Amino acid sequence: MQAFEYAEPKTLKEALGLLSARWGETEILAGGTDLLSLMKNYVVTPKRVVNLKSIAELRGVAETSEGLRIGALTTVQELLEDRRLARFPALIVAAQGITSPQIRNMGTVGGDLCQRPRCWYFRNGFGLLARDAQGRALVPEGDNRYHAILGNDGPAYFVSASSFGPPLIALGAQVRIAGPNGTREMPLSEFFVIPKNEGEREIALRPNEILTDVILPAAASELRNTTYEVRQREFLDWPLATASVALELGEGKVRRASIVLGHVAPVPWQARAAAALLEGKVLTEDLAAQAGEQAVAAAKPLSKNRYKVQLARVAVKRALLAAAQGGA
Amino acid sequence: MAETPKPSAQATIEWPPAGRRQLIGQRISRLDGPAKASGRAKYSYDVNRPGMLHAKLVFSTQARARITAIDTSAAEKMPGVRAIHLILQPGAEVRWVGQEILALAAETEEQARDAARAVKISYEPLPHLVADVPPEQAGTERVQQLREQTEGDPDTGFQQADVIVEGEYGCPVITHCCLESHGQVAEWNENNLTVWASTQNVSGLAPQFAQGLQTAGISVQASQVRVLTPVMGGGFGSKFAADTWGVACAALAHKAGRPVKLMLERDQELLAAGGRPSMYARVRVGAKRDGTLTAWHSESWGTGGPATAGTPNLPYVIGAARNPLLPKRSRHTAVFTNIGPARAWRAPNHPQMCLITMCALDDLAAKLQMDPLDFFLKNLQYTERPEVYREELLKAADLIGWRQKWRPREEALRAKGPVKRGLGLSLHTWGGRGHNSNCQTTIHPDGSVEVAIGSQDLGTGTRTVIGIVAAETLGLPLEAVTVKIGSNEYPPSGASGGSTTVGGVSSATREAATNALNQLLAKVAPALGVPAEQLEARDGRIQVKGDPSRHLPWKQACARLGTTPITASGQTQASLISSGVGGVQMAEVTVDVETGIVRVEKMVAVQDCGLIIDLKTAESQCYGAMIMGICYALYEEKIMDQLTGRCLNPDMEFYKLAGIGDIGELVVHMMTGPGYDERGVIGLGEPPVISPGAALSNAVANAIGVRVPHLPLTPDRVLAALEAKGGAV
Amino acid sequence: MAEQPKREKTPRGGGNGLSRRDFLKGTGAAVSAGVLVTEDLLRAQAQRTSPVVGPGPVTITLRINGQTRQLTVEPRTTLLDALRNHLDLTGAKKVCDRGTCGACTVHLDGRAIYACTMLAIDAARGQEITTIEGLAPQEQLHPVSAAFVEHDAQQCGFCTPGFVMAAVAYLRENPNPTYEQVTHALGGNLCRCGTYMGVRHAMVEAALRGKGGRS
Repeated sequence: MQAFEYAEPKTLKEALGLLSARWGETEILAGGTDLLSLMKNYVVTPKRVVNLKSIAELRGVAETSEGLRIGALTTVQELLEDRRLARFPALIVAAQGITSPQIRNMGTVGGDLCQRPRCWYFRNGFGLLARDAQGRALVPEGDNRYHAILGNDGPAYFVSASSFGPPLIALGAQVRIAGPNGTREMPLSEFFVIPKNEGEREIALRPNEILTDVILPAAASELRNTTYEVRQREFLDWPLATASVALELGEGKVRRASIVLGHVAPVPWQARAAAALLEGKVLTEDLAAQAGEQAVAAAKPLSKNRYKVQLARVAVKRALLAAAQGGA
Repeated sequence: MAETPKPSAQATIEWPPAGRRQLIGQRISRLDGPAKASGRAKYSYDVNRPGMLHAKLVFSTQARARITAIDTSAAEKMPGVRAIHLILQPGAEVRWVGQEILALAAETEEQARDAARAVKISYEPLPHLVADVPPEQAGTERVQQLREQTEGDPDTGFQQADVIVEGEYGCPVITHCCLESHGQVAEWNENNLTVWASTQNVSGLAPQFAQGLQTAGISVQASQVRVLTPVMGGGFGSKFAADTWGVACAALAHKAGRPVKLMLERDQELLAAGGRPSMYARVRVGAKRDGTLTAWHSESWGTGGPATAGTPNLPYVIGAARNPLLPKRSRHTAVFTNIGPARAWRAPNHPQMCLITMCALDDLAAKLQMDPLDFFLKNLQYTERPEVYREELLKAADLIGWRQKWRPREEALRAKGPVKRGLGLSLHTWGGRGHNSNCQTTIHPDGSVEVAIGSQDLGTGTRTVIGIVAAETLGLPLEAVTVKIGSNEYPPSGASGGSTTVGGVSSATREAATNALNQLLAKVAPALGVPAEQLEARDGRIQVKGDPSRHLPWKQACARLGTTPITASGQTQASLISSGVGGVQMAEVTVDVETGIVRVEKMVAVQDCGLIIDLKTAESQCYGAMIMGICYALYEEKIMDQLTGRCLNPDMEFYKLAGIGDIGELVVHMMTGPGYDERGVIGLGEPPVISPGAALSNAVANAIGVRVPHLPLTPDRVLAALEAKGGAV
Repeated sequence: MAEQPKREKTPRGGGNGLSRRDFLKGTGAAVSAGVLVTEDLLRAQAQRTSPVVGPGPVTITLRINGQTRQLTVEPRTTLLDALRNHLDLTGAKKVCDRGTCGACTVHLDGRAIYACTMLAIDAARGQEITTIEGLAPQEQLHPVSAAFVEHDAQQCGFCTPGFVMAAVAYLRENPNPTYEQVTHALGGNLCRCGTYMGVRHAMVEAALRGKGGRS
């Protein structure tokens, strides 16, 4: 870890004043479960670290007129313990999927959304787009068993590591972002972006902004929703593919559906055509399988990750069937 | 290490007979358990000395290159830097990413890391190979045929076969991943060096340090080097040597005039301090319709990195017997790569040979449409211990419910739903004869007892075993004995490798304690009015054999020593130990054929190892070995990138080990009693880690109807095997 | 959350390390262990104005095992390194150093966390830190530790303190877990020797005896 200045602001305003307008100079410390590893591996070498933990307004879950507001500094464990969130099995299953109690106690909702990809070329110092000194793209020729099968037309091949991105997008969540010129809000689906050039980030946050809240719309609580994660080991393992689904049912049929895949693309991947396939139909096992098929129809597997196409297909099918049966 | 100990002059030393044993063979908690479970045990990594510096290694970032320059000028000027020691000089060739180049010491760990990053190494890149490829893809300069061996007439054997199967099997390079990384603290006191080393070789390190330091221009004799390892955090065969970092640490301490701690960081640990060679084979094996094997043919290869890594002896266990001889031909080729160096990994070569053999035989049984249990029973005459394996196979079958649960491959696959269930089995063997060990037992006039051996406890329970044998011999409770190990100031004992420790230390302790007791009995005899030969130590007293009412309590007996303690020595006793064990493991798995995910449901280990000293820690060895086996069967793989030459997973995130939720239900049954106990003590560390890969691979094949050729049995490999077969159902 | 920072900002020396080096030379880097906080220090902390400290060493105060310990570390020093290198509290082990193995598990306000993945300065905001050394008085064994001994839930023992700490934190909140739940409680810890069978049995026994929460 490179030495850095450290600040512990008490207010959001104070915190914003401490952030640089350029990436790389300052980093935000929330739970720290990702940031410390990134700094230890010299993937990020900030001059200053701004710890948000003393900013009370960033914590906790609250019912508001626009829906359920989840403060970015709410820990995964606090999320799991909040009864109001029991209506969102998609989120709860994803939180339970963070299988280490220690990480659940430390990691935060905002940190989950802002964490960097686990791509081993990125973590080994070859950059987010994983190129060597000669500019060769390392992922397509290298070991890409955990890399993207969707949204990988280039140059990004990593997968978004966020656990909460897919369920929150499926539930229609918004995020609120504070910056030097006030706050802005956007659908979480727009928060994740696929970088085109090295140096760009995989989220829409600017370096001098802070993700402050996630807002779950009130209507989301009416949705049948869940998440299905395919993970090799029971614990301490990243999923190989996940699917979060949210269904609006009426008269036994699917009125509207949202299907978002995780760990298969540089962003949480919205399978819109697969969701559209369900609308107006009774959700049967066959239909769920068809939706799974549709969700991966555009997949372009790399040399070593074709199996992930199958995993994504199955995750969608199983998530849909579980949701239709009443949640998790 | 496994040299045959010379018979001792006193050949009368024996283990107590079954009815007389009070501690031996019981389930006894390990002596250092409380210190470890309370965090008070001080490992090498935990040693903090006054004024101690922290050292870090600079290692190669190139898989193969010539070092053209090493520029330490910036590092030297960094805050806190106190000493730099070059391990390689400019001009040297590095042959793997992670190869040690230099070490430096600074006041704090953070400063040492900063300085290590400020060192500039210039390289002239050379072509590398880090991909684990078969010989034909490696290039002739990178292969060496190590062995071609034919016994009997395999060609005729294959002609006599009714059924022949051919297949490829294998497993990649894995690492040791000791939780306490390699390293040590070194401290000089004038010309004397003390090293707190995380080692499996307390008695053997001093000469290595002396020699290594000589090369670094520091003159020290082995007698001036004290090595201390009261506890250590795992070795598994990778911690026998002083290593370049050990010598560098001592040299830095010498230069700086301060104690220095140098423990490898996790990436270095995985890159350079461990490594089990890969092994793959194309196998052809034939049998008659009734299952009797007729011939074996294998062409195997593997890489141990820059050097050859041992020659396998295939087939394994089945086919090892001389009479009857299974006709066989085998050829092995070593492939030299830049994947990193190999070290002995718990039961070197055996897990790989076992996987190749047992999987090929299991496939043959499937083709014969035979239950593998019957097939293996049918061919036990080709093993060296048919009766033992028969007993163990039947016991294991009983414990896992083989006869009730086993279904042929196709039938298992036809079960409803995506989750299929399968059973697999495997056999293994190991030597485990005790190494040369010396023991000193001292009885003090106040009744206290010390037993000293220059051995080490890797977590196997060595300390406890020594205490049990001494206490048993002296008729005392375990708490009455102080066990002193983990220092080369105690009588020399062999390195702890190859399951040689328990035989060495237990028999040496038995002799030393017996000799000490005989001296005590001689002193006490006049007081009890009988010759010393008629006395025995039992239940905390010295008593007349057959008349326990005539006795002296232990303390009173020892008080007769006046002011001079009794001390006696002992060494490894060939008559108390033996070699050669069998073992059978069976595994039950479920496989989700839609995701390729394998779950261990149940595993059974049936194991013999002669006379067991501590049943509790013996069982722990088996449980632990099965779990380590689950790790390499399902998860472990050193993943290399051919383009960059890098290892992609030198961490514990993607170098995956099984967690507490991945192991299913484990059952251990130790074979004890008549037929086993009288063989004497035999080592146990290696054997139970050999079979899990094969047993699990066979169980997966049984569940999904097709062989997954290579470990680890990851979802991509399982799904690929299913697809090659034409789908799940 | 408990009271706010008790920390003194040291002069920003530009991180040349000189003054620190001298400081360390005098005391020995390894055991520059804590002294009790003085009134002066508390006053100085209250007067702190600038919100930014470091990158050079900063004097911080940690509340560990019921004691208040003051130490001087860089902001980048992890809690684990502070415990092990500065306070000689070596029960928490450094294994993966990346928050993936659990060997460094300690309690922060009663909850299990990875000490390798938290900055020491971040743990100096008044939280109560408990390390395994703080579970039981010297010469005594916490009931969970005792259950680990009884069930041989350890071999080399290097992961064991982390397992014990994770187990104690869990059992305090969940005194009556099922066999399945104890497994989940330890999903953040890894062992290389393969002691999980013993660990499971130890957890179940500690829970059955209702001992987990007490210390």
